[in-house]
Amino acid sequence: MQPVISVRNLSKVYEGGFQALKNINLDIHRGEIFALLGPNGAGKTTLISIICGIVNPSEGQVLADGHDVVTEYRAARSIIGLVPQELSTDSFESVWSTVSFSRGLFGKPRNDAYIEKVLKDLSLWDKRNNRIMELSGGMKRRVLIAKALSHEPRILFLDEPTAGVDVELRRDMWNMVRELREQGVTIILTTHYIEEAEEMADRIGVINKGEIVVVDEKKSLMQKLGKKQLTLYLQQPLKAIPAALENYPLSLSEDGSALTFTFDVQSEETGIAQVLRELNKNGIDFRDLHSSESSLEEIFVNLVRGSREATA
Amino acid sequence: MNFYAVRAIYKFEMARTWRTLMQSIASPVLSTSLYFIVFGSAIGSRMVAIDGVEYGAFIIPGLVMFTLLTQSISNASFGIYFPRFAGTIYEVLSAPISFVEILMGYVGAAATKSLIVGLLILVTARFFVDYHIQHPIWMLSFLILTSITFSLFGFIIGIWADGFEKLQLIPLMVVTPLAFLGGSFYSINMLPPIWQTITLFNPVVYLISGFRWSFYGVADVNVAVSLGMTALFLVLCLAGVWWIFKTGYRLKT
Repeated sequence: MQPVISVRNLSKVYEGGFQALKNINLDIHRGEIFALLGPNGAGKTTLISIICGIVNPSEGQVLADGHDVVTEYRAARSIIGLVPQELSTDSFESVWSTVSFSRGLFGKPRNDAYIEKVLKDLSLWDKRNNRIMELSGGMKRRVLIAKALSHEPRILFLDEPTAGVDVELRRDMWNMVRELREQGVTIILTTHYIEEAEEMADRIGVINKGEIVVVDEKKSLMQKLGKKQLTLYLQQPLKAIPAALENYPLSLSEDGSALTFTFDVQSEETGIAQVLRELNKNGIDFRDLHSSESSLEEIFVNLVRGSREATA
Repeated sequence: MNFYAVRAIYKFEMARTWRTLMQSIASPVLSTSLYFIVFGSAIGSRMVAIDGVEYGAFIIPGLVMFTLLTQSISNASFGIYFPRFAGTIYEVLSAPISFVEILMGYVGAAATKSLIVGLLILVTARFFVDYHIQHPIWMLSFLILTSITFSLFGFIIGIWADGFEKLQLIPLMVVTPLAFLGGSFYSINMLPPIWQTITLFNPVVYLISGFRWSFYGVADVNVAVSLGMTALFLVLCLAGVWWIFKTGYRLKT
């Protein structure tokens, strides 16, 4: 199937020589939720801005649903909605008029019933006549989402959508994003909240220093790069790991009361059985055990650290 | 043509005018009317007629043109600068809209506002000074052409400015002196020959002279030259705006 967004050999060098993107190649599948993760200054917003037409690319090409975003910008932009990172709003306008303005700007005829639905879905209907300057930060964020949805886009970019919003609103947004996906909208989000990507994304891309480090299915990424750990709480503390167990990836806690065994999620033979047998042979008993899996955050930190070390 | 987008920008800008009616319309009309009261009714009766036109009536085209220039620049520069300042320009840049359509929306609204102010000033002046318009179609043509041209110029200033101070710099430090020294209050024929020649380098002279001709049939310079100079400035402004959109100057990084 043709990707809904296709980025080919995209580079961006800003005036002054700073290279924000280096030969990016990326496909976004139709109807998926794609999370783009990366530390500050990694190039996430530059990438989104080029796709949306706000920043000029230095090299390369971007297709949105088969349309070149530079030469066929009308067709490309009309299907894209953008919720920017900054709370940039028309402070003196009412909610209704600013959302209606956005619909017109994207070439759609007036449709009060649709605007009403969008405002109701985002719990903004009661505030429709309020000036934006009277709204809280969370409500302003909703207004930006309503503006982005006003022209019924097929691709929605959410640049740090839940930055600075409370937990309840974040949950509401997640639900809204899922509903949009069910309606066939492709969603690309950048976030600092790894939990958000872990919760919602189908696929994850990690970008660092202007380069795509990895793109993969979320489950696959966590399987490939994630680690599991088994912690055994010992009956009697140890001074050191016995020689018979030295070849296993074990670590002993400082007080000697817990042994931690780390293993790959992917591998068929985890080695747990052998370790337990060796412990038994050596007369080491344990009173409790606990297993844990790497979070996406740990995977992300490792990836970014790895790419930094590779470029150092 | 993205007609809906042009209409959306135009309506958005005009809505700001109605929201700030006192500042946008009433204030320039009132301040210009004060000139008519002072120079037309109070002092004008003691001044000699210029080119056969009573002084109070003589200054009307110049004052209307002066207000038209400053209002066109101010409306258009603020119209495009404010979204840049507030960050909402991202929406215009990411919309399926060409630069011609962006111009039609912003410049069209700015020119409309200036035109409304200009016509209101003319109506208000009637209360204080007796004047007539010999060539009403030409008068309206000059009004429309000047509003559009200087709104384009204001648009360029709004893109160029990186602060509110710069936004005011050109209108206050350049346009106002040029308008005052461009024959708003006198005929350039009253100046010594050397100053007459120097004054011809002032582009505002041609605007005021042509506009005054449409009222009373008298002009400092040939009306065809006035029209040609206004058209030339329009073309220069269009070229400037075209370059801005082509390069993304101060709009796109």
